[in-house]
Amino acid sequence: MESRAKLALENGVVFEGISIGASGEVDGEVVFNTSMTGYQEILTDPSYRGQIVTMTYPEIGNYGVNTEDLESTKPQVAGFIVREESRIHSNFRAQGTMRDYFIKHGVVAIAEIDTRSLVRQIRNVGALKGILSTTDMDNASLIAKAKASPGLVGRDLVREVVPESARQWNESLHPIDRMFVERSSEAQATAPHIVCLDFGMKWNIARHLRDRGNRVTILPGTCTADDVLKLNPDGVFLSNGPGDPEPLEYAISTIRQLLGKKPIFGICLGHQLLSLACGAKTFKLKFGHRGANQPVINEETGKVEITAQNHGFAVEEASLPSDLKITHRNLNDNTIAGVRHKKLPAFSVQYHPEASSGPHDSHYLFDEFQKSLTKS
Amino acid sequence: MPRRDDLRKILLIGSGPIVIGQACEFDYSGTQACKALREEGYEVVLVNSNPATIMTDPALADRTYIEPLTWEVVAKVIERERPCALLPTLGGQTGLNVAMDLHRNGVLQQYGVEMIGAKPDVINKAEDRDLFKQAMDKIGLSVCKGQVVRSIEQARQVLAQIGLPAVVRPSFTLGGSGSAIAYNRDEFDALVLNGLTQSPIHEVLLEESIIGWKEYEMEVMRDLDDNVVIICSIENFDPMGVHTGDSITVAPAQTLTDKEYQMMRDASLRVIREIGVETGGSNIQFAINPRDGRMIVIEMNPRVSRSSALASKATGFPIAKIAAKLAVGYRLWELPNDITRKTKACFEPTIDYVVTKIPRFAFEKFPEADPTLTTQMKSVGETMAIGRTFKESFQKALRGLEVGAFGFGCDGKDLWGTDRQPDEETIRSKLAVPNADRVFYLRYAIKFGMSLEEIYRITAIDPWFLDQLFQLVELEDQIQAVGSLDAISKELLLRAKRCGFSDRQLAKLLGSDEMEVRQRRKSLGVITTFKSVDTCAAEFEAYTPYYYSTYESEDETPPKLIDKKRVMILGGGPNRIGQGIEFDYCCCHASFALREMGIQSVMVNSNPETVSTDYDTSDLLFFEPLTTEDVLNICDRIQPDGVIVQFGGQTPLNLARALHSAGVPIIGTSVDTIEAAEDREKFQQLLIELNLKQPANAIARTMDQARKEAQKVGFPALVRPSFVLGGRAMEICYDQSQFERFVAEAFVVAQGQPVLIDRFLEDATEVDVDALSDGENVVIMGIMEHIEEAGVHSGDSACCIPPFNLTQDVLSDIRSATIAMAKRLRVVGLMNVQFAVKFEDGKMNVYVLEVNPRASRTVPFVAKATGVPVAKYAAKVMAGMTIKELGVESEPIPRHVSIKESVFPFRKFAGVDIVLGPEMRSTGEVMGVSERFSIAFAKSQLAAGVVLPLEGNVFLSLASRQRGGVEEMAKSLHQLGYKILATAGTATEIERCGVPVERVKKLAEGHPNLIDYLKNGDVKLIINTPSGKGARTDEGRIRAAAVQHGVPCITTLAAAGAAIRAMEALRREELTVLSLQERFA
Repeated sequence: MESRAKLALENGVVFEGISIGASGEVDGEVVFNTSMTGYQEILTDPSYRGQIVTMTYPEIGNYGVNTEDLESTKPQVAGFIVREESRIHSNFRAQGTMRDYFIKHGVVAIAEIDTRSLVRQIRNVGALKGILSTTDMDNASLIAKAKASPGLVGRDLVREVVPESARQWNESLHPIDRMFVERSSEAQATAPHIVCLDFGMKWNIARHLRDRGNRVTILPGTCTADDVLKLNPDGVFLSNGPGDPEPLEYAISTIRQLLGKKPIFGICLGHQLLSLACGAKTFKLKFGHRGANQPVINEETGKVEITAQNHGFAVEEASLPSDLKITHRNLNDNTIAGVRHKKLPAFSVQYHPEASSGPHDSHYLFDEFQKSLTKS
Repeated sequence: MPRRDDLRKILLIGSGPIVIGQACEFDYSGTQACKALREEGYEVVLVNSNPATIMTDPALADRTYIEPLTWEVVAKVIERERPCALLPTLGGQTGLNVAMDLHRNGVLQQYGVEMIGAKPDVINKAEDRDLFKQAMDKIGLSVCKGQVVRSIEQARQVLAQIGLPAVVRPSFTLGGSGSAIAYNRDEFDALVLNGLTQSPIHEVLLEESIIGWKEYEMEVMRDLDDNVVIICSIENFDPMGVHTGDSITVAPAQTLTDKEYQMMRDASLRVIREIGVETGGSNIQFAINPRDGRMIVIEMNPRVSRSSALASKATGFPIAKIAAKLAVGYRLWELPNDITRKTKACFEPTIDYVVTKIPRFAFEKFPEADPTLTTQMKSVGETMAIGRTFKESFQKALRGLEVGAFGFGCDGKDLWGTDRQPDEETIRSKLAVPNADRVFYLRYAIKFGMSLEEIYRITAIDPWFLDQLFQLVELEDQIQAVGSLDAISKELLLRAKRCGFSDRQLAKLLGSDEMEVRQRRKSLGVITTFKSVDTCAAEFEAYTPYYYSTYESEDETPPKLIDKKRVMILGGGPNRIGQGIEFDYCCCHASFALREMGIQSVMVNSNPETVSTDYDTSDLLFFEPLTTEDVLNICDRIQPDGVIVQFGGQTPLNLARALHSAGVPIIGTSVDTIEAAEDREKFQQLLIELNLKQPANAIARTMDQARKEAQKVGFPALVRPSFVLGGRAMEICYDQSQFERFVAEAFVVAQGQPVLIDRFLEDATEVDVDALSDGENVVIMGIMEHIEEAGVHSGDSACCIPPFNLTQDVLSDIRSATIAMAKRLRVVGLMNVQFAVKFEDGKMNVYVLEVNPRASRTVPFVAKATGVPVAKYAAKVMAGMTIKELGVESEPIPRHVSIKESVFPFRKFAGVDIVLGPEMRSTGEVMGVSERFSIAFAKSQLAAGVVLPLEGNVFLSLASRQRGGVEEMAKSLHQLGYKILATAGTATEIERCGVPVERVKKLAEGHPNLIDYLKNGDVKLIINTPSGKGARTDEGRIRAAAVQHGVPCITTLAAAGAAIRAMEALRREELTVLSLQERFA
């Protein structure tokens, strides 16, 4: 007999399903991701800190898990929701089942609920706080806990995922990802040096930077501008990360001090922080963009790229300072998807050119960053 | 960039008749394209030879030419119409080939017609195997090792490099026709020789075998700015080795990690860019080695394909419509996504359900054909089902297939636990060699106790799919263990329903019946919910009313509007021989008619190829299997005011009684009447009352009874099972021994229903009549005189509007009989009657053969021949309008001649005898139109791919009882300058008439015999009326050889006569073309 699990939302709706992971109870913001592949990358993406993620595609776990498709050391989601769990894994790279992986890493997860109904509620009312439990089966109690969940706004979740110390990054792209890449990944002695501010950085970003022959140093996102400048990098990268960017005063101030001193490239939270540092404001989207099919139009070339996205906040267009130019827009809702500083070497995108999971249409952004490096 | 303003008139080429490998999907894509281009204000000129299509409705294009699809004929259309551009990518391989021929012959250049969507060099690059391989090399993609060869010697050299097993693929054939795998040298030689013959350019590709690799397809779209999106990924359940059209396929891909999926996506983008398809949809196939992930590109279709139709229905993204708009200059991001309205078409659909497609085969019609599934497509249709999980969609698809299965076993088709339960050896062989029933043998293997690993080893079907099947069998065992319907818990029942189990299966497992299970589950609150297909997994609100059933907590169907009636139309399900696009045409027209009347139309169908399953054909679309349970579930939810069962062929009629009993309001002709027309005794009574003649006939429920009745009826006799469409197991018996054999067979097919025995009227003329009735008034819509004599299934014979040989007296008898029967039966809607006219006792006698109070497959032909929207009128009558209100006053009798000819799949089934008989075997139809019979017939032949020769050798061989006709035929041929060949018997007869003839040896007499003449291209036409039947007879072998060598072979005297008239006319004059709009102006 399968053990039961329940998901309760702050609006009083409760879904009952079966537990497919660790036993326990977790709360967080309930969000959905529309990617049909890449659940392991999503699970291990630190940007999902504080969030219970539901996959809209119903059959999850089919190809199992492996140690290659990781975006950080371990699962980062607060909890995980699927419609149908695969009890076996079928793929030449698979090393185990998704369920064993959940249990090993203490991830609370639920299956066999009407995930589409859940998604429609989130779409209609906006992101909802929720609780996922295998221990408490009392609806009233669960709903009360969901309501009491702190939510994301105003919270600094970055501190939960930043690395403790600086380190060098030496891993290149996975051979499958390099299939169509025609360059050497060997770093030269005179290679450009990139310092990444890690706010919960997905590993594939570092792999991309490294794959272009750079020396890559990762610093905790909480570091100061001096810490960065001491390393005398040829470029600074601002990573993705979880939650609301506005409380991250330390990071905004660091970036403000680096602006103009070093070429800067930011992704996702890094994009929001760069915009904030330049004087823009951010706001919370109704339910965010999470998936691998988000169309973005490049305002400079008129071409569309299909992108991977994962963000609940966005840069407010009305607040954009005159120094920033909009370079990319999300075609679905016209929100800002990329900006460039008009005078200084700094640009950023709201989406994930490193993909993983997601399409590879936007790899060119890493090349653009490469060209902007002081030593390139 | 918005639409191009420099284009004004655009030519579209359709795909012609329905054949294996090219079915309704191109009616769907062509119809969408017509609508999309006209919406943009372009003038659309359409050429298609298939009258059964929606796209050839005069209302859909500005100029519609129902003309043969050869470049010469289309050139005439171009000459008349002077289009600015030709869009070649929406009419299947046929449309593409004609477009390329027009290019190669300089027609496009001569008239300054621009090819849009894909340029000739692009098409060439994608279709020419060598060029394609070079292109793939250039972009770093692997292809299968192999080489194109043009001779057997060259082939043997290549074999040394690639080794056995080897794949042999003839170039430029439909549906991969002629493709197969050679396991030894003999097979290899045979396949290469056959392939060289079949390929129109005498070219064969030889490839290393990648049997057992995982197979995938990607549907890709590109615009002029090089924006590229993937619409859908498809994973084949059946691994490499089975043609994708014959494979069970699943969307989206199930067993790829994101890394592998993105690798395939990147590869797809590179392919479409390198090949250079400018705009529109393409389909790219990949194979992946399951052991190490090595990926190779199999092929690319630089056009909209069968898979595009599937992908459109699977995702809700209208590929053909968008492809047409891209071709005229729009960018993807400029086009709205109709479904969400707020977002753009430039995105990649994401789905939150699983789609399963299962092909449908017709091997029972071709018992001599090899039923092994190979790289040559053999299926005639397909069904698709949507479920929230693979298990659910898979079981739904199996019942949507309409082959007697109601899911994965536990139904009437299930052999497990019966005395026909297969043994281990049978199971193993059925798993090892792909075949139409393999899916059911997978279950037997599990029931037998074979492990997943072992089944995988034998079949190479991905373990993930196999595990899903194991789960279904485990659940089945769990349900069976409960023992009774009363004992089953709500939880288990719900789980079963969520895994796609039908009430029928549950009834069998729990020893109950379907309706009891239904009641019990509803009382327990296990109720169907419907969810939307919305391209975006609910991320945005959907405005398209496209639904599928599942068992979840939330239903998304809209509430019924107080002031709007809802009428449901039941479609025809998967294409099969005897039931195809004609019925989809009728269903679509019913929907259009209802919408015109302000009634909400609700379509239910399970065939992804069709126009009826386009989300904008009806107000609500339910993509569901056509079973009693599934239809009742929809009725429960949407509460229709009426349900139309007349338009979908036999499929909905088979449900009519059960739906009626369950209280569903069936509109139009009553269920009782439908049954009365099928009920022999009641029908006979009615004819007696109306003083109408019928051939002597009888009905038998047992073999003994059949023998007794046969004595009364006499020989020759026609036997057939009742309640079966398409003349399945229908045979003419000339003596007792034939009778014994065929009746026994008919009982098997009848599955418990009685067998019908009729006196067969030899040499009679058959006539089809379609009539419209509102219960009070009756108007005849069309009288079709068959070319072939009675005895050839009406679906297989050619026929002509208006009649060409019948006297006014006979016609008036036919008219009054039709009207009398329609009135007596109180038909509301359409009625089809088949008459036989026989000269007896010095006068013409009219016999009633059959009455069907429903739309027949002739309806679209009648509509195209007369210009009257017959099906639409019928739907309006069913919805309550009278004939008077419709303003239909009299029978439309056109001034021109329209001839329908049937098209057969014989080329796909090597060695099958092609003699026509009472069992229908054609897959499609074409129409020839002219002022004169001879030219109309010539066009119909040309359109059907029968190239009547203007000179050369004609082989004549007539059955002894038909030698009387030889004189006239031989004289005409001789006068026209043809040289006549014949074997001894016929030759003597011809010489007696004073006509010169060249004698040819019989096959048994050594060489040179007729087959040598065929091989050497020394015979251009064969007229061979059978004295015997079967692939093993001499004449059967000759006919089969004619098919393989592409030499036309006519098997009836009547058709031969018509052909000679046509040849005479063709020698005299050029074909001319005229649009339907001009004809009916």
